[in-house]
Amino acid sequence: MARATPFLVGLLFGLGLCLSGMTDPRKVLGFLDLGGPWDPSLAFVIGGAAAVAFVAFRIAARRGRSLSGGPLHLPTTKAIDARLIGGSLLFGVGWGLVGLCPGPAIVDLGYLNGRAALFVLCMAAGMALYGLLTAVQTAPSADRAFASKYEPTADQLQRGG
Amino acid sequence: MTIDWTHFTPGSAFAGGLLIGLAAAWLVLQSGHVLGASGLLGGLVPPRAGDWPWRAEALLGLIAAPIVARPAFHTHPPTIAAGWMTLIIGGLLAGFGTRLANGCTSGHGVCGLARLSPRSFAATATFMAAGFATVFLIRHVF
Repeated sequence: MARATPFLVGLLFGLGLCLSGMTDPRKVLGFLDLGGPWDPSLAFVIGGAAAVAFVAFRIAARRGRSLSGGPLHLPTTKAIDARLIGGSLLFGVGWGLVGLCPGPAIVDLGYLNGRAALFVLCMAAGMALYGLLTAVQTAPSADRAFASKYEPTADQLQRGG
Repeated sequence: MTIDWTHFTPGSAFAGGLLIGLAAAWLVLQSGHVLGASGLLGGLVPPRAGDWPWRAEALLGLIAAPIVARPAFHTHPPTIAAGWMTLIIGGLLAGFGTRLANGCTSGHGVCGLARLSPRSFAATATFMAAGFATVFLIRHVF
């Protein structure tokens, strides 16, 4: 069962996204459009999801290790910094432009949607660009102070999101 | 501001959320990882030895979901209205931004809030505000 966990987790995640309607940009944009009739559904999605996850994270934290016996890979970064805010702003704009965020866009690949495919491709390109810029900034020839400010933390390297 | 009662679906939205929460619960309990879609994809770009396989498998699960969802929940394929230019810009922003912020709606908005993480509260408030502002500008200003 543990071996199949990642695939089944992805499947369950995707089923939740499909059932909740989040895979359709019209539903998401209905939530993000405050100037028109407002569809609060997305709040209910996050509410339901966070409530269940809250219980699980408390249990996991108390156990201190995973069921497969390994360590927890939880983020340890605490600082609310420019990268967090700046990155969230950029992501939010992209989300508002299309009505898709990473999870639903990937599920929409399963619907064989060409526009979703283009979006996912460009997401991957944006991620690759980020990786390229951080790698360049940690190159030996770069100024050390500058590099240490922008290189990914060990936590981010380990966790990746 | 009025509620869009014709499109508001509290039941299926909440039920879908429960499934998402169950997925996150399963992952953190079984393997200790936070469930975040941007991390799943981002962890493949570039891939890291010993780490990329589980992320790739989870992505496959996401992609397989419609096959089960259509008969199970009678879901419909999406309608994506954005043109190719918007898709390209939006995709690049979403990809770059989620890496910079180290998370998205699932990583920060679900798991981060569930963990009561101040960082995730800040991230979620920010991308929500940016999303609201972007849609408002596009639909009601420009």
